[in-house]
Amino acid sequence: MTDQRPNPDALLDKILREEEKAQRGKLKIFFGASAGVGKTYSMLSAARQLRAQGRDVVVGIVETHGRSETMALLDGLEVLPLREVEYRGKILREFDLDGALKRKPALILVDELAHSNVEGSRHPKRWQDIEELLAAGIDVLTTVNVQHLETLNDIVGSITGIRVQETVPDKAFDQADEVVLVDITPDELLQRLKEGKVYLPQQAEGAIRNFFRKGNLIALRELSLRRTADRVDDQMRTYRLEQSIETVWQTKGSLLVCVGPHRGSKKIVRSASRIASQLDVDWHAVYVETPRLQRLPEAERARILSTLRLAHELGANTATLAGQDVAETVVDYARSHNLGKIIVGRDSVKSWLPWKRSFADRIGQLSSDMDVIQIAQESPEDRLRSPAERRVWREGSGTSWPSYVWAVAVCAATTVLATQVLPYFDLANVVMLFLLAVVLVAVRFGRGPAVMASFVSVALFDFFLVPPRLSFAVSDVQYLLTFAVMLSVALIIGQLTASLQYQARVASQRESRLRALYEMARDLSAVLLPEQIIVLSHKFVESTFGVKVGVLLADEHDKLQAPVMIDDAGPVSAIDYGIAQWSFDHAEPAGFGTDTLPGSPMLYLPLIAPMRTRGVLAVEPINPRWLMIPEQRRQLDAFAALIATALERVHYIQVAQEATLRIESERLRNSVLSALSHDLRTPLTALVGLADALTLTKPALNGAQFEMAGAIREQAFRMNALVNNLLDMARLQAGDVKLNRQWQPLEEVVGSALKAREQQLSSHRIHVALPPDLPLLEFDAVLIERVFCNLLENAAKYTPPGSEIRVEARIEGYEVQISVSDNGPGLPPGKEEAIFEKFTRGERESVTPGVGLGLAICRAIVEAHKGRIWAENIPAGGARFIFTLPRGMPPTLTDFLEDERPEHAGPKPE
Amino acid sequence: MNEITPIAILVEDEKQIRRFVRDALEAEGWQVYEAETVRQGLIEAGTRKPDLVILDLGLPDCDGIEFIRDLRGWSELPIIVLSARSHEMDKIAALDAGADDYLTKPFGVGELLARVRVALRRHQKTGAAGATVVEFGGVRVDLVNHSVMRGGQMVHLTPIEYRLLALLVRNAGKMLTHRQILREIWGPSHVESSHYLRIYMGQLRHKLEENPAQPRFFLTEAGVGYRLALE
Repeated sequence: MTDQRPNPDALLDKILREEEKAQRGKLKIFFGASAGVGKTYSMLSAARQLRAQGRDVVVGIVETHGRSETMALLDGLEVLPLREVEYRGKILREFDLDGALKRKPALILVDELAHSNVEGSRHPKRWQDIEELLAAGIDVLTTVNVQHLETLNDIVGSITGIRVQETVPDKAFDQADEVVLVDITPDELLQRLKEGKVYLPQQAEGAIRNFFRKGNLIALRELSLRRTADRVDDQMRTYRLEQSIETVWQTKGSLLVCVGPHRGSKKIVRSASRIASQLDVDWHAVYVETPRLQRLPEAERARILSTLRLAHELGANTATLAGQDVAETVVDYARSHNLGKIIVGRDSVKSWLPWKRSFADRIGQLSSDMDVIQIAQESPEDRLRSPAERRVWREGSGTSWPSYVWAVAVCAATTVLATQVLPYFDLANVVMLFLLAVVLVAVRFGRGPAVMASFVSVALFDFFLVPPRLSFAVSDVQYLLTFAVMLSVALIIGQLTASLQYQARVASQRESRLRALYEMARDLSAVLLPEQIIVLSHKFVESTFGVKVGVLLADEHDKLQAPVMIDDAGPVSAIDYGIAQWSFDHAEPAGFGTDTLPGSPMLYLPLIAPMRTRGVLAVEPINPRWLMIPEQRRQLDAFAALIATALERVHYIQVAQEATLRIESERLRNSVLSALSHDLRTPLTALVGLADALTLTKPALNGAQFEMAGAIREQAFRMNALVNNLLDMARLQAGDVKLNRQWQPLEEVVGSALKAREQQLSSHRIHVALPPDLPLLEFDAVLIERVFCNLLENAAKYTPPGSEIRVEARIEGYEVQISVSDNGPGLPPGKEEAIFEKFTRGERESVTPGVGLGLAICRAIVEAHKGRIWAENIPAGGARFIFTLPRGMPPTLTDFLEDERPEHAGPKPE
Repeated sequence: MNEITPIAILVEDEKQIRRFVRDALEAEGWQVYEAETVRQGLIEAGTRKPDLVILDLGLPDCDGIEFIRDLRGWSELPIIVLSARSHEMDKIAALDAGADDYLTKPFGVGELLARVRVALRRHQKTGAAGATVVEFGGVRVDLVNHSVMRGGQMVHLTPIEYRLLALLVRNAGKMLTHRQILREIWGPSHVESSHYLRIYMGQLRHKLEENPAQPRFFLTEAGVGYRLALE
């Protein structure tokens, strides 16, 4: 039975997609069969309607081709100014992406989705600009013709005979939120063409002849209708999937397409993309690099790479695999990634070796459980290459002709040696010297020179050594066999040696790449400072890749900092901070060899660590070609990941160290304070105690002496109060006071404060009025007791005996206001705030004792509780000190409290 | 138990403090043995058959808390702690370890002698601590009959309130930490729920104190605990 439950992965995927969609802008495409069907016109009409509805509509770029009807529609719409770019002496006008992002309208019109931007723009293609607009949450209206769709490009080309070079990946089309097909009949279009409504009249004739043939137009119309129908079908299926995921069983039997160095590989990739989208499955594109394929000329290797890039753009997962046997490697990959279908190109040329089976057959034999789809390869095609690719191609790769000269020289030297030893050795043995020479050449110079050496050796052997000497003529026919065997042995040995040599070199290259990675990982794991990481990055990346690098670290505001210059490392010539910042913000590589600003001479790799992006690695290639080699890029990415992780690790080490330091300094402060407290109080204790002891001595002291003993005791207590205040202030000032906050009734702490200041308050009338419904408050009882003590002490100090001191509280919104007021002389006017400052007292040179720390301590304590404290004069006379405490969320007590039941009167066992 | 001359051990490293404490106690009729370190103090306590120990917490050889733990291993002697430390944590630690009371430096002779008297009475089970009926401020608590009267009228207490009151009465004069009370009344699993204790304490005050905001008997030592003061 089939499992009918919704697949959780599918559900999650759906939610994620929807979330992403909600933040992105909406893309609406006006889709047409060919130029002239009225896409731009429809788009502008739609825009006008939206504007009439009050949307913030802006025209980013619209190409009217001088059509007056279309131009009329532009009237009254806000048009963004175009960016002027100088290119090869001409001024070109391009869509201003930054301007649009800055203006940030709700909706923007960007005509011609398939347009290629002028070299030097941020993105090579306009659809990438639009992608960025959408990502910024801006809705976009755009237009595209059917022949510009990447996967239909081949078909349209074969129908019309004209290849369009500006293409859009189908992904960009399929992900559009809405596609509107702008359709007119071919006759109508031709009519419009004749009327000159489509192109400017002078261009029309040529265009009609070349492209606008009726047959073409019918075919294109069919293609566009069918493509739209496919899309609608997709939507239908998506809808059904979303409504009831279990009714349509989604087989995730994904596709695997093998990419080779053949010219037709791109077509295979496009076909695979089409099949994958029809089956609605993921697809992978892989290239297997065997030692044989590594020897391919640079141009072919570059083509493989561009094919892989195409696959990537079309939405494939791409990989470069290394292996000895292509078929085995491919099947292994398919098995490990659970891919059920393998797409290969059909070999166009039959192998001339009868026992050699085609690639497809071999795969079929290795994987009997998988489907193998063969796709016809096309005749040679030569298509536009991306700018980055073009650049690489220009570099070219020259044959090292000196090695051929060397090969000849070695053969010549062997001949000289052979003529010297000929009198002593048999000719058959001398042949061996030549074979040795060929092996040496193969080892040293590789395949080509070895082949050459084989032939040269045979020729020299014949000319100089075989009688008649100094002639190619041969006296004995037997020597012909010698020559044949010698040549074939030399060729075979040379080939084998060169091949072995090559494989050894490849292996050692791989090994050195791995070793570099390993060494860097090892060294990075030991560093403790970001500077060390930068030094190591320079050292390893520069030596491994032969490039110049700069490491740009981000500060806490996500702004990149200038790279730290290392003395011996040459400064990276010109880092473009704009691109670097873009790469950092988008966490995507930018610059040379990427899709974003490929015109830049440098590559910018974001350093992405698990928690956040840590910075950007700017790489300036000395030789741009290396960047295009996939394994080099992969390794560079690996290096960047290592650097990023190391940076993150070091960052957290610093965080941990700072925390430890803080804890340490707090501990030190506390131990200093308690030592101070102990040392100061011990003599005070002795002083108080001895003064007391004096009064108890026998015989008793006389009146004056008794009073003096009392005064000593009193002064000692004053000194103690002073010490307490200073220590408290020191503790509170040190910042982050640790509050021992607990939920408790205010009444209790008022009671304990009154009890503690009983003596000072003995001559005052105390009135406490706390409302019975006062909630529990969360505070540090000891500290709030200090606040009450200080306020009560103040009140007692500054009012005449017999005055009344009131302690009151009331609920005021989210806080409780607590006040201590008296009916004394009040505060000096205008000093209500100043008295809370340190060392301030009510009056200057007052005779009332006490350094004015009390109120400052109160303020520090109350503020640590997130409350406020202030003082005011009561109009009727007297001063009032008010502080607040937040009410917070008192704990619920129901589970623990018992009912207020009357206790029995009689005895009861406990 | 020395009926005639009570004996006190004074463990304190500061000479001048030792001197006045000794003078004060001797004037009250005590015999005082002095010690400067924990080690010495333990030897004195083990050999002099004392009735009371007065202990400074900050001693040169080790923490006074060690002394309390050691002594409590074999004796129920009353211990009064002298602390120059302002941190309530240290006082709580000393009380939880088994000290009976504490005095914060600086303190007067009168205060010291009052605490000494209470501790000694508690230890000898005389006075309020040993009685089954206790009276204070118009309140009469009968521990045998479980009855509480105030001004001649029966006061209704909930079971927990009564148990709290009984605990305080049995330990009259002694400082009890929140933790000690919670463990006694609610059991060891509730020693952190001090706000319940505070609420019941408030209810007791409202039922038994004349002015609950200015209690005379049910005293709070902020951040440390409670004490029932009967004098």
